[in-house]
Amino acid sequence: MKKLQIVHSPAVPINIQDIDTDQIIPARFLKATDRVGFGDNLFRDWRYDGQGRAVENFALNDPDYSGEILVAGRNFGCGSSREHAAWAIYDYGFKAVVSSFFADIFKGNALNNGLVPVQVSEGFLQEIFAAIAANPSTELRIDLREKSITLPLTGTAEHFELSDYKQECLINGYDDIDYLLNVRGEIEAFESQRASSFVA
Amino acid sequence: MPAKTLFDKIWDAHVVKSIAHGPDVLYIDRHLIHEVTSPQAFAGLEKRGIPVFRPRQIVATADHNVPTLHQELPIRDRLSRTQVATLVENCDKFGVELWGLGHPKQGIVHIIGPELGITQPGMTIVCGDSHTATHGAFGTIAFGIGTSEVEMVMATQCLMQAKPKSMRINVEGELGAGVTAKDLILYVISQVTVSGGTGYFVEYAGSAFRGLSMEGRMTVCNMSIELGARGGMIAPDQTTFEYLEGREFAPQGQNWTQAVEAWSQLVTDEGATFDKEFHFDAADIEPMVTFGTTPGMGMGVTARTPGIKVGEASAKTLAKSLEYMALAPEQSLLGLPINYVFVGSCTNGRIEDLRAFCEVVDGRQKADHVNAYIVPGSQAVLRQAEAEGLDRVLAKAGFELRQPGCSACLAMNDDKIPPGEYCVSTSNRNFEGRQGPGARTILASPAMAAAAAVTGRVTDVRELMV
Ligand code: SF4
Repeated sequence: MKKLQIVHSPAVPINIQDIDTDQIIPARFLKATDRVGFGDNLFRDWRYDGQGRAVENFALNDPDYSGEILVAGRNFGCGSSREHAAWAIYDYGFKAVVSSFFADIFKGNALNNGLVPVQVSEGFLQEIFAAIAANPSTELRIDLREKSITLPLTGTAEHFELSDYKQECLINGYDDIDYLLNVRGEIEAFESQRASSFVA
Repeated sequence: MPAKTLFDKIWDAHVVKSIAHGPDVLYIDRHLIHEVTSPQAFAGLEKRGIPVFRPRQIVATADHNVPTLHQELPIRDRLSRTQVATLVENCDKFGVELWGLGHPKQGIVHIIGPELGITQPGMTIVCGDSHTATHGAFGTIAFGIGTSEVEMVMATQCLMQAKPKSMRINVEGELGAGVTAKDLILYVISQVTVSGGTGYFVEYAGSAFRGLSMEGRMTVCNMSIELGARGGMIAPDQTTFEYLEGREFAPQGQNWTQAVEAWSQLVTDEGATFDKEFHFDAADIEPMVTFGTTPGMGMGVTARTPGIKVGEASAKTLAKSLEYMALAPEQSLLGLPINYVFVGSCTNGRIEDLRAFCEVVDGRQKADHVNAYIVPGSQAVLRQAEAEGLDRVLAKAGFELRQPGCSACLAMNDDKIPPGEYCVSTSNRNFEGRQGPGARTILASPAMAAAAAVTGRVTDVRELMV
């Protein structure tokens, strides 16, 4: 995982609620056996029509919008546990997703790939959407050291939740798996101590 | 001792260690894997040069990509074929038991775990698939994980998990005629909403759930993820023990007696509290249908779609959903012509589901214009259906029983619903394009799917039940 401290860029807005992982990356694109290249099919069926033509008014096709931050409506990433959704967003070039609510599994998957889920209040989310609607090059600044997100234009800022453990992982580029491999001795001790119990 | 919830009892027994201001290291008893979400995890182990830590606690099967006709032939789609072949190679290399295509134990991963007795009360079970929640029906902590986590469990048999909040959903009373476990859970989702359970682990309690068979309980727990919850569970009881006794991987003899004794302790203690609680009345529940593009957009079959309240944050989302479904606000779905029916998936692909479908179609005929996918969840379900003569009931009514797999649940294999077509489906997700680009999914129970299949329209199954 790459180290990450600050994301400061314009944002791409998708003002729809309950965006599920089947929209982020449809199942028919899950057939790869490696982790790269999923960005090409990010939001495939919203981005392209049945004939493969770009859908003009979809945000990813709109030249007005760019940047490393995706802003989306409430309950982002619900549905399937496919980590391919986080891979696709990251592979496309986003480093953070801002929403007023995230589905659990998506949030965990994002964090395991260095993609930051930034949960803001519904009010702040609407303020961000409004600011981008008024000026598509509006920038956002996400600071992982402070766990804060700022709309530099107005100076409005909010604190977001992130466990201290995950904060350290992101800033230093550590994986959970590195941690777990280091405590294998303790895991083995746990196994032998409970070996005979039925209530596992 | 302080009063504990069922969830807490199992969770606490699996914590290897806790990290201050961080997650717990949680021990995982059983890990189920399939072809779609495992290749990158195996590749990760290979890159690190480490083995699978506890290969005997992993079971693998191929389900998502498999065709449901002519499974003896090579898979036609090149990418699907490669993915299934990669699973075979990986299992071989890493010493993992594989019940792949053609194996008598093959089937949808969440169907085979329970039917073989691998799923047992008190366990922690994970799989790279969000419907792992199904196994909660046995009083297990079971939840879906991403591929990075699949790799973690392969490498260490553990996960880093923050303990979720607790929710209890109580439904009291008896379900009416024609109202099934599927209707019960679709109703709960329509009330609690698709994000109402996010951050929580659910316990289902009350006489409506107690009265369900294990198959019905699995249907309920399966859709916990559609509430946004990581998982859902039902305390084990006599129904659970009767289901498990004698299954291939269940404890036997002396061990069985001890196991049942231990499992009987797995209940929420009196006085234990939940972070959130809901109460519903079973008498309020009708056979359900969904009208939109999330499982929370469901209603009783005699109800009408909601009106759009301009100005609400959700108005745009609802309007987009109805437009996708080609439905109007305040419209009844009764009588809506449909061309496709799908019975199967980890939600409703068990023997009871096929029986329920057959009960309605027995002595009737499939409507001419309807295309139906009737797909058993596993080889064992297929064998049982044939043993009971359900294949003949189906054939007589104009239906074909296919071979096991995920089929039209997710449009990853050959079974897809064409653009613009309605499909009354017993699966769990009606997202845009879930059953194929442009497909319009109406989620319902197997009995409601049968009513649609024989009438060619959305029909209240109770009308056929005289
Ligand atoms: S049947 Fe559908 S929901 Fe269940 S595991 Fe297969 S694809 Fe997933």
